[in-house]
Amino acid sequence: MSDVPTLAVENLETHFFTKAGVAKAVDGVSFSVGRGEIMGLVGESGSGKSVTGFSILGLVDPPGRVVGGKVLFNGEDLIGASEQRMQKLRGNKIAMIFQDPMMTLNPVLRIDTQMIETVLAHEKVSKETARQRSRDTLAQVGIPSPEERMRAYPHQFSGGMRQRVAIAIALLNKPDLIVADEPTTALDVTIQGQILYEAQKLCRETGTALIWITHDLAVVAGLADKISVMYAGRLAEQGTIDDVLDHPVHPYTIGLLGSVPGHNTRGQRLYQIPGMTPSLLSLPDGCAFKERCEFSDAACALRQEITEPVPGRAVRCCHPQIEAAR
Amino acid sequence: MLEIKDISKRFVKRLDVAAKIANRLGASAKEEVVHAVDGVSIAINKGEVVGLVGESGCGKSTLGRMVAGILEPTSGEIHYKGNAVAAKTGKDAAEAALQIQMIFQDPFASLNPRMRVEDIIGEAPVLHGIVAASEKVSYVEQVMLRVGLDPEYRRRYPHQFSGGQRQRIGIARALAVKPDFLVCDEAIAALDVSIQAQVINLFMDLRRDLDLTYLFISHDLSVVEHISDRVVIMYLGRIVEVSPTDELFEKTNHPYTTALLNEVPRVEMRGLDYQPISGEIPSPLDPPTGCHFHPRCLHAMDRCAAERPELREISPGRLAACHLNDDK
Repeated sequence: MSDVPTLAVENLETHFFTKAGVAKAVDGVSFSVGRGEIMGLVGESGSGKSVTGFSILGLVDPPGRVVGGKVLFNGEDLIGASEQRMQKLRGNKIAMIFQDPMMTLNPVLRIDTQMIETVLAHEKVSKETARQRSRDTLAQVGIPSPEERMRAYPHQFSGGMRQRVAIAIALLNKPDLIVADEPTTALDVTIQGQILYEAQKLCRETGTALIWITHDLAVVAGLADKISVMYAGRLAEQGTIDDVLDHPVHPYTIGLLGSVPGHNTRGQRLYQIPGMTPSLLSLPDGCAFKERCEFSDAACALRQEITEPVPGRAVRCCHPQIEAAR
Repeated sequence: MLEIKDISKRFVKRLDVAAKIANRLGASAKEEVVHAVDGVSIAINKGEVVGLVGESGCGKSTLGRMVAGILEPTSGEIHYKGNAVAAKTGKDAAEAALQIQMIFQDPFASLNPRMRVEDIIGEAPVLHGIVAASEKVSYVEQVMLRVGLDPEYRRRYPHQFSGGQRQRIGIARALAVKPDFLVCDEAIAALDVSIQAQVINLFMDLRRDLDLTYLFISHDLSVVEHISDRVVIMYLGRIVEVSPTDELFEKTNHPYTTALLNEVPRVEMRGLDYQPISGEIPSPLDPPTGCHFHPRCLHAMDRCAAERPELREISPGRLAACHLNDDK
């Protein structure tokens, strides 16, 4: 084990060059994830959280392009790496889990075919070894009687089971990093609970780093070690899960947490952030949140830099609510 | 105000020609029957918000649709303000149908993309003679203000609005015919968290101002806890527990409710060691015998597989369907 984090993203910028203008989907995002660590990447629709995930794996399609920054995977910069190198890493050392498992799985191939293919694409082993490993991995993610289920087609599985298969495929080659993009959003609570349980167990046991992209703060709360909150392509706030959720500093995080209904809010009005997420094509100058923020003033019209108003916390705001944090 | 009596809905997949011929030749293909809702009874009082919770396939949307009059129950009766809805005819039936309106999950699919907002909201009240055609515009403006939409936008089409605004259009459409009762089927599930809060607050304001009664269908327990007075929990077409919200979140009775509540992620919970309920939701095509939950239940006894538990009162205002309550 070295002190190089599994993944370090530095100042990542991914822009989409559309006819209507340049959309800065990811605009200067930095974070790092170490071995066995789970980071929650949280934001609303259009905040750039998924594009960040795609950028790490080099899966951004035109008109989108990574225009700046570094993605250091075990110290190696993946931006500008050759397509061959990326193919070697993807599905092998870095894996991705998507929201809809039906899109990941090929509907006309049996599960075993797809799994064995994944193993053989990256390693020279016998087909029997590959089959064995596939079976073990399926058992690991909690699929009952994996031997028989391997011979089934994706449509013969339920939604939760399909997502388990997708996770099993991601795990096959024992990746160092998994990027999971809203993997439980389409699932029922009890099934979601099972998947979260498996994910947490795996990271603890195998030392895999995990980035869990979601819009649901409550899911991340129980799962992650640290959290990055994104708004309009930029990081709003970053820190350990307890710090950020218990003592948020950025007005957006405060608003977001206030609008989650829960135990203590019954019958009361929820805090509501006024207005709506701005279009990425017409972001205001300076802070993207200023038009919805109750603390905004003239200083917010300048470009906001990341500061550390409290130790261990990165915040992009010139009015961090430190009093509220205490 | 609304009483549902032992209502059931079965969806039958009829045999096709090939299967019928095969049966003639000695095969034994059977019709597939889904018991989407199986003998459900609830009474909802005026001004109450009842949360209906369950996982996918438990029949909560089917129940909502029957209440709203979109689906006919296979058996059982719905009584609205003391009269059976099915027994009404002609004008009475149309009037009764207007009283109960529904708000749908998907604000994209539930609005006609080729109609302007003023027609979406204004068509029904004009048709039913609630307002004269000449007053349509001012009436629509009034309703739009009510749900927090700018009346300036009444000439626009749905695609020109964001998801949260579209949901407000859906709400305005339902309110335009002056209902007493709203069935909200996952009405906020498709919205972002900050927009969700805005719509939840709107629902609560409308309830206060217009004295509405809600059947609030959701899979999200924290939203239901926030908004409801009473909670009904369904599992595979049957009610397993009915309880005032406070009491339910203090102490659950049915093992399924307990498991469900444990699994709701909450912002206050950290670094959890998740210990989820095992197993999958069984297919409603072939539900387990006896208590539907017994294959996944930690406390299952022999009796659970054999006998369907009755929904009984366990304390004032609380009902549960579990054999464990018999021992107490």
